[in-house]
Amino acid sequence: MELLFASSVGLLTAAGLYLVFRLRTFPVILGTSLLTYAVNLFLFASGRLTVGAPPILMDGVTRYTDPLPQALVLTAIVISFGMTAVVVVIALGAYLGADDDHVNDPKEEGADT
Amino acid sequence: MTHWIIAPIILPAMLAAFILLVVRFHLTLARTFSVAGVASLLAIAAGLAWRASDGSIDIYQLGNWSAPFGIVLVADRLSTMMVLLTAVLALFVLLYAIGSGWDKRGQHFHALFQFQLMGIMGAFLTGDLFNLFVFFEVLLIASYGLMIHSGGTRRLRAGTQYVLYNLLGSTLFLFALGAIYAETGTLNMADLAGRVAQIDPGNSTGIRVAAVLLLMVFAVKAAIAPLHFWLPSSYAEAPAPVAALFGIMTKVGAYAIIRVYTMIFPPDLETTSGLFGMWLLPVALIGLLIGMTGVLGAKKLDRLVAFSVIGSMGMLMTSVALFTPAGISAALYYVIHSTLAAAALFLIADLIRSGRGEAGLDLRAALPIPGGAMIAALFFVGAIAMTGLPPLSGFVGKLLILNASFDTPLMWVTWAVILGSSLLAVVGFSRAGSVLFWKSHQLADQIADDSLPDDEQGALETRDPKGHIPVLELVSIGALLALLVAHTVFAGPVTRYMGATTAQLFAPEPYIRAVLDAPGKDMSRDAYHAEEDGAAEGTATSEGGN
Repeated sequence: MELLFASSVGLLTAAGLYLVFRLRTFPVILGTSLLTYAVNLFLFASGRLTVGAPPILMDGVTRYTDPLPQALVLTAIVISFGMTAVVVVIALGAYLGADDDHVNDPKEEGADT
Repeated sequence: MTHWIIAPIILPAMLAAFILLVVRFHLTLARTFSVAGVASLLAIAAGLAWRASDGSIDIYQLGNWSAPFGIVLVADRLSTMMVLLTAVLALFVLLYAIGSGWDKRGQHFHALFQFQLMGIMGAFLTGDLFNLFVFFEVLLIASYGLMIHSGGTRRLRAGTQYVLYNLLGSTLFLFALGAIYAETGTLNMADLAGRVAQIDPGNSTGIRVAAVLLLMVFAVKAAIAPLHFWLPSSYAEAPAPVAALFGIMTKVGAYAIIRVYTMIFPPDLETTSGLFGMWLLPVALIGLLIGMTGVLGAKKLDRLVAFSVIGSMGMLMTSVALFTPAGISAALYYVIHSTLAAAALFLIADLIRSGRGEAGLDLRAALPIPGGAMIAALFFVGAIAMTGLPPLSGFVGKLLILNASFDTPLMWVTWAVILGSSLLAVVGFSRAGSVLFWKSHQLADQIADDSLPDDEQGALETRDPKGHIPVLELVSIGALLALLVAHTVFAGPVTRYMGATTAQLFAPEPYIRAVLDAPGKDMSRDAYHAEEDGAAEGTATSEGGN
């Protein structure tokens, strides 16, 4: 399970980074989303992988999974969702304004200033 | 435990919601509430700084949960000093935004401004790494709104770059936090300090990776050399008051580096020894050189100031990278100086832009600005401060940093880069100043000599159609510059205070004890049952003492 989990995190990160380096807003946003999935899984695994155990410390329960990473992941998901929404809006504004979805500044800008 | 510690976070948060929901269509009311809020924030920050100035460490437990489980806010010398600096900066920047009318060129300026303050204050006060991440996100999401305030295609494009860069930074931050949690099982800074110290140096790969990842995250925020590329465009394209406020955001990164790498990963810790000490200093020096070379090469004044921010962050990190008490103390002195100087320069650049019409901030000769002598004088003072010429505080700060770097093996390189880059900055700023303010008079004389049609001659004299005298703008810029002068005049007491702050940083034991030993609701089993028994008698018993 650990191997599968680790390699899926790695694969998601690699795909995310590849898309980010495309430097066009749509692939970049998809790439950051993939990176966010990767990091959420990574955070989830930071409390060790346990299957079928309650996330709570109670009397009589000796085997439990760490609840804190779940709380962290929840926070991270909410934040990354909000951030993705913001970047979509801003990128859309930039695209509609400039009619160009490249993330980098256009070349001629350096020439005319 | 005093409840005032959370006030700098709660007050802007409530005020932002109030401005957004109730007074969003009433500009005057929004301005009044915003200024009143920032003024009371300043008073609270001054009170907190005064409380912490005797070296005591106040903590605030959210929900009265005790430390490693609950979230704590900590007010020690360093964090209260940064909170006070933020409040001072915010007040004058806000006055400028109101005076120049920037706040009415788009929607929700005041609400976003307050949210931004909330995030910055929280980042300075929190004692928990994950909470630091959350406050980073709060300040970032507010800064995205402020950055593209009043719109425009160029600004939106710069905004996209800025947001994407910071999204990647946030992802990296989460990876670092996950790695730290996996290695230590806690994210509370005080608790981490103890647990990291217990890690066997022979089996420390995970924590070493986490330490470097975390340093990279903070380096992105602080715009240290290879990770500074987001800064010039975003600061130059952002509205001037926003860019001035952003000056404190790079300092949030520097603050986090100082905090984490003196307490959790102190320089003498064996586990992480040799990890960043050897390359942080060269990288900071490269940043300093890049920044000041950018000052020399910039074609627009706002970019020039943005590059000078990179340069001053390089200077700051040079001092931090020494990780000696003298270095950190000099860095803290320089933090205040560079924040105020950069803010003043961004605001001055905006005054120049509004006077120059379509020439904007291009560094080419245009017709003189109305009230040009005054603005030129302000620019002159600001430039002296930023480049670190005597007699202003930049010079004092630079002397302190040179002095602190005297014992390092890289002393010759450090001195050469610091002094050489200062020369570059002086040349860059004087070129900009002479083009903006002197060439314009030559051009005006030339045009006056040429027989122009009458109507254009008339246009020459009435350059400013509104006849608007920027009183509030001049007051806020003047106040920032006056603070720089005060920072120079009181350099002695300020340096002594920074020395005391640094001593507190390098002896983190009282901080750790204050956080971990404070009484509060506990999550261990005994306490849980005691709580259950006590619940029958009434919950008031769990109320913590002040």
